Amino acid sequence: MNIALLLQMAAEACPDRTAITFEGEHYDYQTLFDAASRAAQTFSESGCRFVSALDTSSPAAPIALMGAAMAGLPYVPLNYRLTDDQLSALIERIEPAFLITGAGDCQFDVQTHMSREAFLRAAMADGPSIETWHEDPSAVAVQLFTSGTTGTPKAALLRHEHLVSYILGSVEFMGAMPEEATLVSVPPYHIAGISAVMSSIYACRRQVQLANFDAETWVRLCKDEGVTNAFVVPTMLTRIIDVLDEQNDPQAAFPQLAAIAYGGGKMPVPVIERALKLLPDVNFTNAYGLTETSSTITLLDPNDHREAISDTHLRQRLGSVGKALPSIELEIRDEDGQAVSAGTPGEIYVRGPQVSGEYDGRSVLDSEGWFPTRDAGYLDEGGYLFLSGRADDVIVRGGENISPGEIEDLLLDRDDVVDAAAVGMASEEWGEAVALALVMKTPVTEAAIQDFIRSSLRSSRVPEAIRFVDELPYNETGKLLRRVVREWF
Amino acid sequence: MLKPGSRLKSAVCDAEVMVIKAGADDEVTCGGAVMATDVSEKSAGDDAQMHGCLIGKRYVNQGDSIELLCVKSGDGSLYCNGEELMTKDTKKLPSSD
Repeated sequence: MNIALLLQMAAEACPDRTAITFEGEHYDYQTLFDAASRAAQTFSESGCRFVSALDTSSPAAPIALMGAAMAGLPYVPLNYRLTDDQLSALIERIEPAFLITGAGDCQFDVQTHMSREAFLRAAMADGPSIETWHEDPSAVAVQLFTSGTTGTPKAALLRHEHLVSYILGSVEFMGAMPEEATLVSVPPYHIAGISAVMSSIYACRRQVQLANFDAETWVRLCKDEGVTNAFVVPTMLTRIIDVLDEQNDPQAAFPQLAAIAYGGGKMPVPVIERALKLLPDVNFTNAYGLTETSSTITLLDPNDHREAISDTHLRQRLGSVGKALPSIELEIRDEDGQAVSAGTPGEIYVRGPQVSGEYDGRSVLDSEGWFPTRDAGYLDEGGYLFLSGRADDVIVRGGENISPGEIEDLLLDRDDVVDAAAVGMASEEWGEAVALALVMKTPVTEAAIQDFIRSSLRSSRVPEAIRFVDELPYNETGKLLRRVVREWF
Repeated sequence: MLKPGSRLKSAVCDAEVMVIKAGADDEVTCGGAVMATDVSEKSAGDDAQMHGCLIGKRYVNQGDSIELLCVKSGDGSLYCNGEELMTKDTKKLPSSD
């Protein structure tokens, strides 16, 4: 079992179909498969033990991913937004490495370095291809360094069996029509970027790669390339909607766009409501997943979105991340590790063949294979999952657990609030108390905010400190950096 | 011995399958001939078992104790321990990435 099988099948079934469109160039499935087979030979001969990439999206990403898989080497895409010092520390952990960089030169000490341009040129030219693949299902296919929002980056390991299980369980082979195209704008070092490559390949859907997201280019590419599907993180959707708002007929901007999936961070309900109203013909899907679960584990599907927007009783489901995939078991557990019933908050646990839950060779699965996500949430009566933040983000005030999401959601419903983050701050009296960072459209007094929260929620939720700021700190995929907000108090 | 993840080739046609689930002693045939990880030479298939198998389809038995993914189409039909395997319908999910 090897993720490269997904590409081999696509090349077998539709060799002439376009696999990748990048900056106006097209690469068909046979070309992509042949290039990966040559890259695999190069990787094997290098004697390196990891294949790594420090680059934005380009055809080199799927070629290196699949080539590394054929060669039996872990693929380690790196976050190009990190500092050189941070990158050096990560690269040290994967030596001897074969490093592909977007830039021509390389300031890192690695066994083998190739620029993207040289790598692509070699992979596309005639040359020896790898003859036999590694077929060990438990070999590591992808190693991703977690974003480190809480500390030193951990290396999450995804084995071939996890990734293949995810794809086989969620994508229909050749399920895409020849005219379908998906716009990939998430960075290639993110699990959503990896799964986008594999899902599109197995569906035999054309991928249009956008290296650096900006909303205007995204909208233009959708139209020019006849894009039918796209995945975006919440901050991207917010910016896209802002661009569409300025147009008379937003739907006309996307003649072919049929579906938008979103995930990777918490989607503010007002944003998705606006999106549904602006683009009534587009199918929206919310996907929730983690690196350690090989991407998506729950889905709020297009039908759920339509029901929620048209029925006020179901409206709150727009704030849900939906139901578990058929191949995923999901339960909420309390602090003692006991499963709790619908409506009761706790920590989300999942189990299934796509769940790795492994860092640097150390598994955090319990004895029965359950993965503690460290995300907090609850299920409603219908089995819909609602997230309330990271379990580590819960504010414990005098023994009472307070979910930041509860306070933030209340504030985000106000027209004058642009953004809100509630975090814990040290308190002599309570151990921890609520602190609040707010981005306002129009100025408001601290007392007015405190009164508002007191009248809507319990008094324990009233912040002891409020700070008004111009914007909140997010990482590039739209994850709020609570660590930074905490430092403000 | 069949193991999940193993790739088996047909002895009568181009078909290849990947084992998703199987018992260790299950015997998988294609066009009447045993499938194996290595096939040195092709033989003629049993005409009664030549209805074909299709790439991307999953094949299961009645008891759901075996599951194969066809990774290369062929002319032979897939059997396990003498029972013809059927394609399994998978639930279609909206694209999430």
